[in-house]
Amino acid sequence: METILFLTHPDAGKPALEALAAAQELGGQLIIGLFGAEVQTTANQWAGCGAAKFLGVIGNEFTTARYATDAAAAEALVKAAQATIVIAPATSRMNRILPGVAHRCGGRTDTHVTALTATSVTRWYYRQRMEAVLSRTQRPWFIALDPGCHAPASPAPGTATVTIVPVSLPSIRTTVTGVKSPEASQQTIRPDAPLLFVAGAGWTKKQPDGQPHVSEAADLILGFLNATQASLGSSKSLVDLSGEGQAVLPFMSHLNQIGQTGATPRHPKGLATCCHGEEPHVVGWRFINERRAINLDANCGWARGKADVLYVADAFAVIRKVNELLAGK
Amino acid sequence: MSTAFQVAVCGSIVPDPLQTLEPVTGPAGPALKNELMLPAVLDPWAWHALFEAAHLAKAHPGSKVYLVSVAPKAKLQQVMMTVGQKVPFELLAVDGPSSGFTEAAEIAPLLVETIKTIPGFDLNRLLVFGGWESASRGAGATLQIVGELLGITDQFQGVDQLTVGQDGALEILERIEGGRHQISRCAGAPAVLGWATGNLPEPPNNPQIGMANMRGIMPALQKAKPAKLTGAGVTFASVTLPKQQRQTKIVKDTPPDEIAREIVAWIQQ
Ligand SMILES: Cc1cc2nc3c(=O)[nH]c(=O)nc-3n(C[C@H](O)[C@H](O)[C@H](O)COP(=O)(O)OP(=O)(O)OC[C@H]3O[C@@H](n4cnc5c(N)ncnc54)[C@H](O)[C@@H]3O)c2cc1C
Repeated sequence: METILFLTHPDAGKPALEALAAAQELGGQLIIGLFGAEVQTTANQWAGCGAAKFLGVIGNEFTTARYATDAAAAEALVKAAQATIVIAPATSRMNRILPGVAHRCGGRTDTHVTALTATSVTRWYYRQRMEAVLSRTQRPWFIALDPGCHAPASPAPGTATVTIVPVSLPSIRTTVTGVKSPEASQQTIRPDAPLLFVAGAGWTKKQPDGQPHVSEAADLILGFLNATQASLGSSKSLVDLSGEGQAVLPFMSHLNQIGQTGATPRHPKGLATCCHGEEPHVVGWRFINERRAINLDANCGWARGKADVLYVADAFAVIRKVNELLAGK
Repeated sequence: MSTAFQVAVCGSIVPDPLQTLEPVTGPAGPALKNELMLPAVLDPWAWHALFEAAHLAKAHPGSKVYLVSVAPKAKLQQVMMTVGQKVPFELLAVDGPSSGFTEAAEIAPLLVETIKTIPGFDLNRLLVFGGWESASRGAGATLQIVGELLGITDQFQGVDQLTVGQDGALEILERIEGGRHQISRCAGAPAVLGWATGNLPEPPNNPQIGMANMRGIMPALQKAKPAKLTGAGVTFASVTLPKQQRQTKIVKDTPPDEIAREIVAWIQQ
C-alpha cells in the first residue's frame, strides 16, 4: 500500500482543498504534512479528512515562501512520513520547491498534473498541445495538482494532534521583503472569475477612420471589467507594445498574457476581442470551456474551429453597447 | 565593487510554436512526428533569460554568459544562427534529445556536468538562469534539480526582475498568484533564477556579435558529447491531441446592438 503524504503550506486556500480531495481518493494511508509559522488551525479544520496522522513543521522561518526553508521543511516531512506518494497543490510556493525536494528524497516529480488515479497522472506537454497519461515506478512520487482540476474536499473540523517534525536549516541568505501588487484599479487578474476577457493588439491599431483610439479602448475595456468582474487576459502582441514604446493600455502587463509564453488560466467562459486567435495564443485557452470572439476579420484564427461563436464586428461598437446594457441603460 | 558573474543560462530548443505537432510512439516512448524536420526556436522563457543574462553581464564588467544546452546538435546549430546574432555568449552544448518526454531528472545532471566545465568555474560567482518552464515538458523542474546538484538553496522561479546592488546582493521579483510579485533579497551569488518574461524586449540582430559568437559556437558543437537518456521508470499509457476543433458559428452582417444583447445574455447565463 502506498503511503500518501498530502503536503502543503497552510494558507494555500482552495487549491489545497482540491488537492486534498484528490489525495483522499487514492486510497492509501493518508498523512497530512503542513509547514508554516502556525499549522494547528488548518490541521483542526481538516481533522476529519481521514488522515492517519498530522505532521507539522512550524517556526517563523516558514512564514514566507523561500526555497531554502520551504525545501528543508518539505524534505523533513516527506522523510518523517516515509511517504511513497506526495500530493501537493500547485501553488507558486509548492511549485518552487517540489522538484528539488523530490531530488533530495531520491524521487521524481510530475507538475501541472490535471488528473490522477492510484496508478497514473495526466498532464499536458508542449504547452497544452498534447495530453499524456503516465505512471512511474520511482518513489517517492511527487505530484503537484493544478488548481481548478478537482472538486474541493470538505473535511469535518475537529481537533487534530499534530506531531512536530524537527528541521535542520541551511544558512539563510534570502529574505522575503514584501509583495508587489498592482494598484487596486489595475488588479485585473482574477483567477476565480467566471469570465476571461481577452484584449488583443487590435484595440491599439488604426481603426476604419484611420486613427488609433487607445484611450477609448482603455475606457471600454475597464468599463467592461468593472461591470462583469471578468479576469483580463491579453495577447502577446498587445503586451509587447509597451516594450516597443507604442501607445499602450496602462493596466496591461506580461502577467496578463495568455498563451504559449503566457498563462493558461481556467475559466468557464472566455471572450476574445481584437485578437487574431493565432495558435500560440489559443494554446493558452485550453482550459476555457465556452469561447466567443469579436473580430473584424471573418478569416481570423477563431473562425477555424477555435471559438464556438465568432462575431464578425467592430469590438469598439459591440463592447460600447455591451457596457451600456450591463449598466442597465 | 561590482561583481563579475558567471551566468549559466540553461535552455534547449523547442518546435516553433506556429507548427502543428503530432505525437507518435517511437521505440523509446512518445515523440513528435517528424521531430527533426520541424523548425525549432530557443525555448522562449530561456530566450528571455538569455537577454536578461546579457543585460546583467553588460552592467557588471568581467561577467560572462554561457548558454548551456542539451539538444540535438544539428538542430541546435540551426537555432544558433538566429540566437547568436542577439547577445554575446559562449555555447556549452551536449548532444542529446530536446524532447518534452525526457526526464528533468536525467537532463539536470548533464547540465551540471557541463556548467562545471566553465573555465575558472567559481560557484561563488555563479548565477544559474533558465526559463521557469520549458515549452516542451513545461514542468518547471530542471533548474531546481540543477540547483540541488550544485548545492544552491537560493532559488527563485517565475522571475520577472533582477536588480543587483553595489554589494552584489540580488533583489528578485517572482510571480506569485493573482498577478502579484514576491520581492526577495538574496545575499548574492550563487543563486538559481527561473525566468518568466522579464522586462526586456528582444534585442535587434547585431552582425558583429553574430560573428564573434560563431567563432565559439562551431567548436562547441563539434565537441558536444552525445548523451544517452534512459527514461527508466516512466511509462506513458497514452499521448493524445485534444479533442479537436469546435464547430465555429460565424455571426456576420449583424448590427452591434444585437450582438451586444446576445453577448450580455451569454455572460449572464
Ligand atoms: C515563440 C512565440 C511565442 C508566442 N507566445 C504567444 C503567447 O503566449 N501569447 C500570444 O498571444 N501570442 C504569442 N505569440 C504571438 C502570436 O503568434 C501572435 O503574433 C499574437 O498572438 C497576435 O496578437 P494579436 O492577435 O493581439 O494581434 P494581431 O495579430 O495584430 O491581431 C489583431 C486583430 O485585431 C483585429 N481588430 C482590429 N481592430 C478591430 C476592431 N475594431 N474590432 C474587432 N477586431 C479588430 C484584427 O482583425 C486582428 O485580427 C508567440 C509567438 C512566438 C513566435
